[in-house]
Amino acid sequence: MPVTIEIPTAFRRFTDGAPKVDCSATTVAEALDALTTRFPELSRHVRDDSGQIRQFLNVYLNEEDIRFLGGESCSLKEGDRVLLVPSIAGG
Amino acid sequence: MSDLYELQCKECAKTWGNSPRSFCEECFSPLEVSFDYASLKKTVRREDLASRAFNMWRYSEFLPLPETFQPPSAVGGTPLVASRKLGAHWGAKNVFFKNDAVCFPSLSFKDRVVATALVAARRFGFQTVGCSSTGNLANAVAAQAVQQGFDACVFIPADLEPAKVLNTAVYGARIVRINGNYDHVNRLCAQIADRFQWGLVNVNLRPYYSEGSKTHGFEIAEQLGWRLPDNVVVPMAGGSLIGKIAKAFRELVTLGWVEAKPVRFFGAQATGCSPISSAVKRGLARFEPQKPDTIARSLAIGNPADGPYAIKLIRESGGWAEDVSDPEIVAAIKLLAETEGIFTETAGGVTVGVTQKLIGQGRISPNETTVACITGNGLKTTDAIAAEYPAAEAIAPRLDAFEAYLDAQLAAPAARA
Repeated sequence: MPVTIEIPTAFRRFTDGAPKVDCSATTVAEALDALTTRFPELSRHVRDDSGQIRQFLNVYLNEEDIRFLGGESCSLKEGDRVLLVPSIAGG
Repeated sequence: MSDLYELQCKECAKTWGNSPRSFCEECFSPLEVSFDYASLKKTVRREDLASRAFNMWRYSEFLPLPETFQPPSAVGGTPLVASRKLGAHWGAKNVFFKNDAVCFPSLSFKDRVVATALVAARRFGFQTVGCSSTGNLANAVAAQAVQQGFDACVFIPADLEPAKVLNTAVYGARIVRINGNYDHVNRLCAQIADRFQWGLVNVNLRPYYSEGSKTHGFEIAEQLGWRLPDNVVVPMAGGSLIGKIAKAFRELVTLGWVEAKPVRFFGAQATGCSPISSAVKRGLARFEPQKPDTIARSLAIGNPADGPYAIKLIRESGGWAEDVSDPEIVAAIKLLAETEGIFTETAGGVTVGVTQKLIGQGRISPNETTVACITGNGLKTTDAIAAEYPAAEAIAPRLDAFEAYLDAQLAAPAARA
Protein backbone atom coordinates (compact mmCIF):
# COMPACT_ATOMS: atom_id res chain seq x y z
CA MET A 1 0.00 0.00 0.00
CA PRO A 2 1.76 3.23 -1.07
CA VAL A 3 1.67 5.81 1.73
CA THR A 4 3.60 8.97 2.64
CA ILE A 5 5.38 9.72 5.90
CA GLU A 6 5.81 13.41 6.70
CA ILE A 7 9.08 14.21 8.44
CA PRO A 8 9.51 17.11 10.90
CA THR A 9 12.51 19.39 10.33
CA ALA A 10 14.41 17.98 13.30
CA PHE A 11 14.39 14.51 11.73
CA ARG A 12 15.39 15.56 8.25
CA ARG A 13 19.08 15.40 8.95
CA PHE A 14 18.52 11.66 9.11
CA THR A 15 16.47 11.53 5.90
CA ASP A 16 18.95 13.34 3.63
CA GLY A 17 16.81 16.45 4.01
CA ALA A 18 13.65 14.84 2.66
CA PRO A 19 10.44 16.35 4.15
CA LYS A 20 8.39 13.37 2.95
CA VAL A 21 9.22 9.74 2.53
CA ASP A 22 7.11 7.42 0.37
CA CYS A 23 6.92 3.77 1.29
CA SER A 24 4.69 0.76 1.05
CA ALA A 25 3.00 -0.50 4.22
CA THR A 26 -0.28 -1.96 5.43
CA THR A 27 -0.07 -0.65 9.02
CA VAL A 28 1.46 2.36 10.75
CA ALA A 29 3.95 0.03 12.43
CA GLU A 30 5.06 -1.25 9.05
CA ALA A 31 5.40 2.28 7.74
CA LEU A 32 7.61 3.24 10.69
CA ASP A 33 9.66 0.10 10.18
CA ALA A 34 10.08 0.93 6.49
CA LEU A 35 11.23 4.42 7.46
CA THR A 36 13.76 3.28 10.03
CA THR A 37 15.04 0.46 7.80
CA ARG A 38 15.75 3.00 5.11
CA PHE A 39 17.22 5.52 7.57
CA PRO A 40 18.61 3.39 10.44
CA GLU A 41 19.85 6.37 12.42
CA LEU A 42 16.23 7.41 12.91
CA SER A 43 15.39 4.24 14.83
CA ARG A 44 16.44 5.42 18.26
CA HIS A 45 14.57 8.71 17.75
CA VAL A 46 11.33 6.98 16.87
CA ARG A 47 11.37 4.15 19.41
CA ASP A 48 12.66 3.84 22.95
CA ASP A 49 14.73 0.97 24.34
CA SER A 50 11.64 -1.12 24.91
CA GLY A 51 10.57 -0.71 21.29
CA GLN A 52 7.65 1.59 22.08
CA ILE A 53 7.11 4.79 20.13
CA ARG A 54 8.84 7.50 22.14
CA GLN A 55 6.67 9.14 24.73
CA PHE A 56 7.13 12.65 23.37
CA LEU A 57 6.62 11.75 19.72
CA ASN A 58 3.05 11.91 18.47
CA VAL A 59 2.14 9.87 15.42
CA TYR A 60 -0.91 10.76 13.35
CA LEU A 61 -2.67 8.90 10.58
CA ASN A 62 -4.02 11.70 8.41
CA GLU A 63 -5.85 13.91 10.97
CA GLU A 64 -6.06 11.44 13.85
CA ASP A 65 -3.68 10.52 16.66
CA ILE A 66 -3.03 6.79 16.21
CA ARG A 67 -3.78 6.21 19.90
CA PHE A 68 -7.43 6.83 19.01
CA LEU A 69 -7.16 4.28 16.19
CA GLY A 70 -5.92 1.34 18.22
CA GLY A 71 -2.24 2.26 18.12
CA GLU A 72 0.39 1.52 15.55
CA SER A 73 -1.30 -1.66 14.36
CA CYS A 74 -3.99 0.45 12.67
CA SER A 75 -4.23 -0.29 8.99
CA LEU A 76 -3.40 2.01 6.10
CA LYS A 77 -5.05 2.57 2.77
CA GLU A 78 -3.56 3.88 -0.42
CA GLY A 79 -2.52 7.51 -0.24
CA ASP A 80 -2.65 7.78 3.56
CA ARG A 81 -0.35 10.29 5.30
CA VAL A 82 1.54 9.35 8.43
CA LEU A 83 2.72 12.42 10.38
CA LEU A 84 5.43 12.52 13.03
CA VAL A 85 5.00 15.54 15.31
CA PRO A 86 6.91 16.29 18.50
CA SER A 87 4.73 16.67 21.59
CA ILE A 88 5.79 20.17 22.50
CA ALA A 89 2.92 22.56 22.78
CA GLY A 90 0.28 23.00 25.41
CA GLY A 91 -1.75 25.26 27.59
CA MET B 1 26.50 37.62 27.02
CA SER B 2 27.18 35.14 29.80
CA ASP B 3 23.73 33.88 30.67
CA LEU B 4 23.24 32.07 33.95
CA TYR B 5 20.76 29.80 32.21
CA GLU B 6 20.39 27.67 29.12
CA LEU B 7 18.16 25.04 27.60
CA GLN B 8 18.64 21.48 28.74
CA CYS B 9 16.89 18.27 27.75
CA LYS B 10 14.68 16.95 30.53
CA GLU B 11 15.50 13.37 29.58
CA CYS B 12 19.06 13.08 28.24
CA ALA B 13 20.39 16.29 29.91
CA LYS B 14 22.07 17.54 26.73
CA THR B 15 22.41 21.34 26.76
CA TRP B 16 21.39 23.53 23.85
CA GLY B 17 22.39 27.09 24.77
CA ASN B 18 19.64 29.66 24.31
CA SER B 19 17.58 29.55 21.13
CA PRO B 20 13.94 29.27 20.04
CA ARG B 21 13.58 25.52 20.29
CA SER B 22 11.54 23.38 22.62
CA PHE B 23 12.63 19.83 22.11
CA CYS B 24 15.91 17.97 22.12
CA GLU B 25 16.98 17.02 18.64
CA GLU B 26 18.87 14.06 20.04
CA CYS B 27 16.05 12.31 21.84
CA PHE B 28 12.99 14.44 20.92
CA SER B 29 12.15 15.08 24.58
CA PRO B 30 11.15 18.51 25.95
CA LEU B 31 13.72 21.14 26.82
CA GLU B 32 13.68 23.16 30.02
CA VAL B 33 15.62 26.22 31.16
CA SER B 34 18.27 25.19 33.67
CA PHE B 35 20.00 27.76 35.86
CA ASP B 36 23.45 28.07 37.35
CA TYR B 37 22.27 27.96 40.94
CA ALA B 38 25.78 28.11 42.39
CA SER B 39 26.29 31.52 40.79
CA LEU B 40 22.78 32.66 41.66
CA LYS B 41 23.37 31.77 45.28
CA LYS B 42 26.35 34.10 45.38
CA THR B 43 24.65 37.04 43.71
CA VAL B 44 21.02 37.11 44.88
CA ARG B 45 19.76 37.62 48.41
CA ARG B 46 16.19 37.35 49.62
CA GLU B 47 16.58 40.73 51.32
CA ASP B 48 17.11 42.33 47.90
CA LEU B 49 13.43 41.80 47.16
CA ALA B 50 12.27 44.21 49.86
CA SER B 51 12.82 47.25 47.65
CA ARG B 52 11.13 45.75 44.60
CA ALA B 53 7.51 46.16 43.55
CA PHE B 54 5.23 43.20 44.28
CA ASN B 55 4.85 41.69 40.85
CA MET B 56 6.44 38.75 39.04
CA TRP B 57 9.55 40.71 38.02
CA ARG B 58 10.73 40.84 41.64
CA TYR B 59 11.99 37.29 41.03
CA SER B 60 13.84 38.27 37.86
CA GLU B 61 17.05 36.43 38.73
CA PHE B 62 15.08 33.18 38.64
CA LEU B 63 13.73 33.91 35.18
CA PRO B 64 15.41 33.61 31.77
CA LEU B 65 15.89 37.34 31.20
CA PRO B 66 18.77 39.28 29.62
CA GLU B 67 21.06 41.22 31.97
CA THR B 68 19.80 44.49 30.53
CA PHE B 69 16.17 43.55 31.12
CA GLN B 70 13.75 46.32 32.03
CA PRO B 71 10.23 45.18 33.06
CA PRO B 72 7.80 46.25 30.33
CA SER B 73 4.78 46.33 32.65
CA ALA B 74 3.64 44.89 35.94
CA VAL B 75 2.41 41.30 35.69
CA GLY B 76 1.43 38.99 38.53
CA GLY B 77 1.68 40.03 42.16
CA THR B 78 -1.75 38.58 42.90
CA PRO B 79 -3.36 38.05 46.32
CA LEU B 80 -2.98 34.91 48.40
CA VAL B 81 -6.37 34.87 50.09
CA ALA B 82 -6.65 33.17 53.48
CA SER B 83 -10.00 31.45 53.37
CA ARG B 84 -12.59 33.10 55.52
CA LYS B 85 -15.53 30.76 55.09
CA LEU B 86 -14.93 28.01 52.58
CA GLY B 87 -12.17 26.30 54.54
CA ALA B 88 -14.43 26.23 57.59
CA HIS B 89 -17.25 24.88 55.43
CA TRP B 90 -14.92 22.02 54.53
CA GLY B 91 -13.78 21.61 58.14
CA ALA B 92 -10.24 22.71 57.21
CA LYS B 93 -8.18 25.33 59.00
CA ASN B 94 -5.46 26.66 56.73
CA VAL B 95 -6.86 26.91 53.24
CA PHE B 96 -5.58 29.63 50.89
CA PHE B 97 -6.58 30.65 47.40
CA LYS B 98 -3.86 32.00 45.14
CA ASN B 99 -5.98 34.36 43.12
CA ASP B 100 -4.71 34.75 39.57
CA ALA B 101 -8.26 35.60 38.51
CA VAL B 102 -6.97 39.14 39.01
CA CYS B 103 -3.62 38.74 37.26
CA PHE B 104 -2.78 41.64 34.96
CA PRO B 105 -3.21 42.48 32.19
CA SER B 106 -5.66 39.82 30.99
CA LEU B 107 -7.01 38.19 34.18
CA SER B 108 -5.42 34.76 34.13
CA PHE B 109 -2.11 33.19 35.14
CA LYS B 110 -1.23 33.02 31.46
CA ASP B 111 -0.08 36.62 31.74
CA ARG B 112 2.94 35.30 33.64
CA VAL B 113 4.07 32.86 30.97
CA VAL B 114 3.49 35.28 28.13
CA ALA B 115 5.57 37.88 29.95
CA THR B 116 8.68 35.69 29.92
CA ALA B 117 7.91 34.31 26.43
CA LEU B 118 7.82 37.79 24.91
CA VAL B 119 11.17 38.65 26.47
CA ALA B 120 12.52 35.60 24.63
CA ALA B 121 10.68 36.60 21.44
CA ARG B 122 12.40 40.00 21.54
CA ARG B 123 15.75 38.43 22.22
CA PHE B 124 15.45 36.03 19.28
CA GLY B 125 14.28 38.76 16.91
CA PHE B 126 10.69 37.66 16.24
CA GLN B 127 8.25 40.33 15.06
CA THR B 128 5.21 38.07 15.00
CA VAL B 129 4.20 36.16 18.11
CA GLY B 130 1.35 33.74 18.56
CA CYS B 131 0.10 30.63 20.27
CA SER B 132 -2.28 27.75 20.19
CA SER B 133 -4.81 28.51 22.86
CA THR B 134 -7.87 27.39 24.72
CA GLY B 135 -8.61 31.08 25.32
CA ASN B 136 -6.71 32.51 28.26
CA LEU B 137 -3.34 32.26 26.57
CA ALA B 138 -4.66 34.01 23.46
CA ASN B 139 -5.99 36.83 25.67
CA ALA B 140 -2.59 37.22 27.32
CA VAL B 141 -0.62 37.08 24.06
CA ALA B 142 -2.91 39.62 22.38
CA ALA B 143 -2.77 42.08 25.30
CA GLN B 144 0.96 41.96 25.88
CA ALA B 145 1.83 41.88 22.16
CA VAL B 146 0.07 45.19 21.64
CA GLN B 147 1.78 46.65 24.73
CA GLN B 148 5.18 45.70 23.36
CA GLY B 149 4.73 46.29 19.63
CA PHE B 150 4.59 42.70 18.36
CA ASP B 151 2.18 41.47 15.69
CA ALA B 152 -0.02 38.75 17.18
CA CYS B 153 -1.57 35.77 15.44
CA VAL B 154 -3.37 33.26 17.62
CA PHE B 155 -4.88 29.88 16.80
CA ILE B 156 -7.98 28.69 18.65
CA PRO B 157 -10.59 25.94 18.39
CA ALA B 158 -13.54 27.35 16.40
CA ASP B 159 -16.07 26.69 19.17
CA LEU B 160 -14.33 28.59 21.98
CA GLU B 161 -16.41 30.63 24.45
CA PRO B 162 -17.45 33.97 22.85
CA ALA B 163 -16.04 36.00 25.77
CA LYS B 164 -12.60 34.47 25.34
CA VAL B 165 -12.61 35.18 21.61
CA LEU B 166 -13.75 38.76 22.21
CA ASN B 167 -11.08 39.26 24.87
CA THR B 168 -8.49 38.47 22.22
CA ALA B 169 -10.07 40.28 19.28
CA VAL B 170 -10.36 43.55 21.17
CA TYR B 171 -6.57 43.95 21.22
CA GLY B 172 -6.42 43.73 17.44
CA ALA B 173 -4.81 40.32 17.26
CA ARG B 174 -5.29 38.15 14.20
CA ILE B 175 -7.40 35.17 15.21
CA VAL B 176 -7.31 31.96 13.19
CA ARG B 177 -10.21 29.70 14.12
CA ILE B 178 -9.56 26.02 13.53
CA ASN B 179 -12.25 23.43 12.92
CA GLY B 180 -11.14 20.95 15.54
CA ASN B 181 -10.37 20.65 19.22
CA TYR B 182 -7.38 22.11 21.01
CA ASP B 183 -5.22 19.10 20.24
CA HIS B 184 -5.80 19.64 16.52
CA VAL B 185 -4.86 23.31 16.94
CA ASN B 186 -1.80 22.26 18.88
CA ARG B 187 -0.61 19.88 16.22
CA LEU B 188 -1.08 22.52 13.53
CA CYS B 189 0.95 25.01 15.57
CA ALA B 190 3.78 22.52 15.98
CA GLN B 191 3.84 22.29 12.18
CA ILE B 192 3.59 26.07 11.75
CA ALA B 193 6.52 26.62 14.11
CA ASP B 194 8.43 24.11 12.02
CA ARG B 195 7.67 26.05 8.82
CA PHE B 196 7.48 29.76 9.72
CA GLN B 197 9.81 32.06 11.63
CA TRP B 198 7.23 33.02 14.22
CA GLY B 199 7.58 33.11 17.96
CA LEU B 200 4.84 30.76 19.10
CA VAL B 201 4.96 31.21 22.84
CA ASN B 202 3.88 27.71 23.80
CA VAL B 203 5.63 25.94 20.96
CA ASN B 204 9.12 27.09 19.99
CA LEU B 205 9.37 29.51 22.94
CA ARG B 206 7.85 27.02 25.35
CA PRO B 207 10.84 26.54 27.68
CA TYR B 208 11.04 30.31 28.27
CA TYR B 209 7.27 30.64 28.46
CA SER B 210 6.84 27.98 31.11
CA GLU B 211 9.44 29.53 33.42
CA GLY B 212 6.99 32.41 33.94
CA SER B 213 4.71 29.97 35.78
CA LYS B 214 7.28 29.68 38.54
CA THR B 215 6.36 33.15 39.76
CA HIS B 216 2.96 31.79 40.82
CA GLY B 217 4.91 29.48 43.15
CA PHE B 218 7.42 32.11 44.32
CA GLU B 219 4.57 34.38 45.32
CA ILE B 220 2.82 31.60 47.25
CA ALA B 221 5.98 30.93 49.28
CA GLU B 222 6.68 34.61 49.94
CA GLN B 223 3.06 35.35 50.86
CA LEU B 224 3.10 32.47 53.34
CA GLY B 225 6.03 34.25 55.02
CA TRP B 226 8.75 32.44 53.08
CA ARG B 227 7.34 29.05 53.93
CA LEU B 228 6.21 26.22 51.70
CA PRO B 229 2.67 24.88 52.05
CA ASP B 230 1.91 21.25 52.85
CA ASN B 231 -0.38 20.80 49.87
CA VAL B 232 -0.97 22.54 46.56
CA VAL B 233 -3.99 21.91 44.34
CA VAL B 234 -3.28 22.86 40.75
CA PRO B 235 -5.53 22.73 37.68
CA MET B 236 -4.01 20.73 34.84
CA ALA B 237 -4.44 21.23 31.12
CA GLY B 238 -1.09 20.63 29.41
CA GLY B 239 0.31 19.75 32.83
CA SER B 240 3.00 22.43 32.89
CA LEU B 241 1.96 24.71 35.79
CA ILE B 242 2.07 22.04 38.48
CA GLY B 243 5.65 21.17 37.55
CA LYS B 244 6.74 24.78 37.50
CA ILE B 245 5.33 25.48 40.95
CA ALA B 246 7.36 22.50 42.14
CA LYS B 247 10.43 23.88 40.37
CA ALA B 248 9.91 27.27 42.03
CA PHE B 249 9.77 25.63 45.45
CA ARG B 250 12.91 23.58 44.70
CA GLU B 251 14.77 26.71 43.63
CA LEU B 252 13.85 28.54 46.81
CA VAL B 253 15.08 25.59 48.84
CA THR B 254 18.30 25.37 46.78
CA LEU B 255 19.06 29.01 47.43
CA GLY B 256 18.20 28.65 51.10
CA TRP B 257 15.31 31.11 50.93
CA VAL B 258 12.82 28.67 52.47
CA GLU B 259 13.23 25.60 54.64
CA ALA B 260 13.03 22.32 52.79
CA LYS B 261 9.88 20.37 53.46
CA PRO B 262 7.79 17.81 51.63
CA VAL B 263 5.01 19.40 49.61
CA ARG B 264 2.27 17.22 48.18
CA PHE B 265 1.10 18.16 44.71
CA PHE B 266 -2.51 17.49 43.78
CA GLY B 267 -3.71 17.78 40.22
CA ALA B 268 -7.23 18.87 39.25
CA GLN B 269 -9.02 18.10 35.99
CA ALA B 270 -12.52 18.05 34.61
CA THR B 271 -13.95 14.55 34.29
CA GLY B 272 -14.72 15.33 30.64
CA CYS B 273 -11.02 15.81 29.96
CA SER B 274 -9.01 13.90 32.51
CA PRO B 275 -6.09 12.10 30.87
CA ILE B 276 -3.72 12.96 33.73
CA SER B 277 -6.03 12.37 36.70
CA SER B 278 -7.24 9.18 35.07
CA ALA B 279 -3.67 7.91 34.69
CA VAL B 280 -2.89 8.73 38.33
CA LYS B 281 -6.05 7.08 39.63
CA ARG B 282 -5.63 3.98 37.48
CA GLY B 283 -1.89 3.66 38.07
CA LEU B 284 -1.04 3.84 34.35
CA ALA B 285 2.57 4.17 33.20
CA ARG B 286 1.50 6.43 30.33
CA PHE B 287 -1.60 8.57 30.08
CA GLU B 288 -4.19 7.76 27.44
CA PRO B 289 -5.23 10.76 25.30
CA GLN B 290 -8.90 11.76 25.41
CA LYS B 291 -11.38 13.69 23.26
CA PRO B 292 -12.35 16.58 25.53
CA ASP B 293 -16.01 17.12 26.42
CA THR B 294 -16.30 19.59 29.29
CA ILE B 295 -17.35 23.15 30.06
CA ALA B 296 -13.83 23.69 31.44
CA ARG B 297 -12.56 24.68 28.02
CA SER B 298 -9.35 26.19 29.33
CA LEU B 299 -8.37 22.75 30.64
CA ALA B 300 -9.60 20.84 27.60
CA ILE B 301 -6.33 19.37 26.43
CA GLY B 302 -6.74 15.68 25.72
CA ASN B 303 -3.08 15.08 24.85
CA PRO B 304 -1.12 16.99 27.51
CA ALA B 305 2.51 17.59 26.50
CA ASP B 306 3.70 17.73 30.13
CA GLY B 307 1.34 15.01 31.29
CA PRO B 308 4.12 12.45 31.93
CA TYR B 309 5.94 14.91 34.20
CA ALA B 310 2.77 15.91 36.04
CA ILE B 311 1.97 12.24 36.75
CA LYS B 312 5.51 11.62 38.03
CA LEU B 313 5.47 14.68 40.29
CA ILE B 314 2.08 13.85 41.76
CA ARG B 315 3.15 10.28 42.52
CA GLU B 316 6.58 11.11 43.91
CA SER B 317 5.28 13.92 46.12
CA GLY B 318 2.66 11.71 47.72
CA GLY B 319 -0.16 13.71 46.20
CA TRP B 320 -3.09 12.59 44.11
CA ALA B 321 -5.25 13.71 41.20
CA GLU B 322 -9.00 14.01 40.98
CA ASP B 323 -11.59 15.27 38.56
CA VAL B 324 -15.04 16.79 38.77
CA SER B 325 -18.09 16.75 36.52
CA ASP B 326 -19.55 19.80 34.78
CA PRO B 327 -22.34 20.25 37.39
CA GLU B 328 -19.71 20.00 40.14
CA ILE B 329 -17.65 22.67 38.37
CA VAL B 330 -20.62 25.04 38.24
CA ALA B 331 -21.43 24.36 41.91
CA ALA B 332 -17.80 25.04 42.87
CA ILE B 333 -17.70 28.34 40.96
CA LYS B 334 -20.80 29.45 42.88
CA LEU B 335 -19.43 28.18 46.18
CA LEU B 336 -16.17 30.12 45.84
CA ALA B 337 -18.01 33.30 44.88
CA GLU B 338 -20.58 33.00 47.67
CA THR B 339 -18.04 32.21 50.39
CA GLU B 340 -14.87 34.07 49.43
CA GLY B 341 -16.02 36.76 47.01
CA ILE B 342 -13.83 35.36 44.25
CA PHE B 343 -15.38 34.86 40.83
CA THR B 344 -13.38 32.32 38.89
CA GLU B 345 -13.79 30.74 35.50
CA THR B 346 -14.48 27.05 34.94
CA ALA B 347 -10.85 26.03 35.54
CA GLY B 348 -11.05 27.59 39.01
CA GLY B 349 -14.28 25.69 39.53
CA VAL B 350 -12.34 22.52 38.77
CA THR B 351 -9.68 23.42 41.33
CA VAL B 352 -12.21 24.25 44.05
CA GLY B 353 -14.36 21.21 43.31
CA VAL B 354 -11.35 18.92 43.40
CA THR B 355 -10.03 20.51 46.62
CA GLN B 356 -13.38 19.85 48.23
CA LYS B 357 -13.29 16.25 47.01
CA LEU B 358 -9.73 15.65 48.25
CA ILE B 359 -10.53 17.01 51.71
CA GLY B 360 -13.67 14.87 51.76
CA GLN B 361 -11.63 11.79 50.81
CA GLY B 362 -9.15 12.51 53.58
CA ARG B 363 -6.30 12.84 51.07
CA ILE B 364 -5.78 16.42 52.23
CA SER B 365 -5.59 16.75 56.00
CA PRO B 366 -7.81 19.56 57.34
CA ASN B 367 -5.08 20.81 59.69
CA GLU B 368 -2.42 21.29 57.05
CA THR B 369 -1.67 24.37 54.96
CA THR B 370 -3.28 23.94 51.56
CA VAL B 371 -3.11 26.35 48.64
CA ALA B 372 -5.64 26.04 45.82
CA CYS B 373 -4.54 27.75 42.62
CA ILE B 374 -7.24 29.89 41.01
CA THR B 375 -5.95 30.58 37.54
CA GLY B 376 -8.58 32.58 35.68
CA ASN B 377 -11.43 35.07 35.98
CA GLY B 378 -15.12 34.19 35.98
CA LEU B 379 -16.02 37.02 33.61
CA LYS B 380 -14.46 34.96 30.83
CA THR B 381 -16.82 32.00 31.12
CA THR B 382 -20.16 33.50 32.12
CA ASP B 383 -21.89 31.22 29.60
CA ALA B 384 -21.11 28.26 31.83
CA ILE B 385 -23.19 29.56 34.73
CA ALA B 386 -25.69 31.94 33.10
CA ALA B 387 -28.49 29.38 33.35
CA GLU B 388 -28.11 29.37 37.13
CA TYR B 389 -29.26 32.95 37.36
CA PRO B 390 -32.47 33.62 35.40
CA ALA B 391 -33.39 37.30 35.31
CA ALA B 392 -35.95 38.30 37.98
CA GLU B 393 -39.17 39.93 36.87
CA ALA B 394 -38.87 43.73 36.75
CA ILE B 395 -41.05 45.92 38.96
CA ALA B 396 -42.44 49.42 38.51
CA PRO B 397 -40.35 52.33 39.90
CA ARG B 398 -42.83 52.92 42.76
CA LEU B 399 -42.55 52.30 46.49
CA ASP B 400 -45.80 50.31 46.60
CA ALA B 401 -44.46 48.06 43.87
CA PHE B 402 -41.33 47.44 45.91
CA GLU B 403 -43.43 46.73 49.02
CA ALA B 404 -45.49 44.24 47.04
CA TYR B 405 -42.25 42.71 45.77
CA LEU B 406 -40.91 42.36 49.31
CA ASP B 407 -44.17 40.84 50.52
CA ALA B 408 -44.03 38.32 47.70
CA GLN B 409 -40.40 37.50 48.48
CA LEU B 410 -41.11 37.07 52.19
CA ALA B 411 -44.18 34.99 51.46
CA ALA B 412 -42.35 32.69 49.09
CA PRO B 413 -40.31 30.77 51.70
CA ALA B 414 -43.41 30.46 53.93
CA ALA B 415 -45.38 29.08 51.00
CA ARG B 416 -42.63 26.53 50.42
CA ALA B 417 -42.49 25.56 54.09
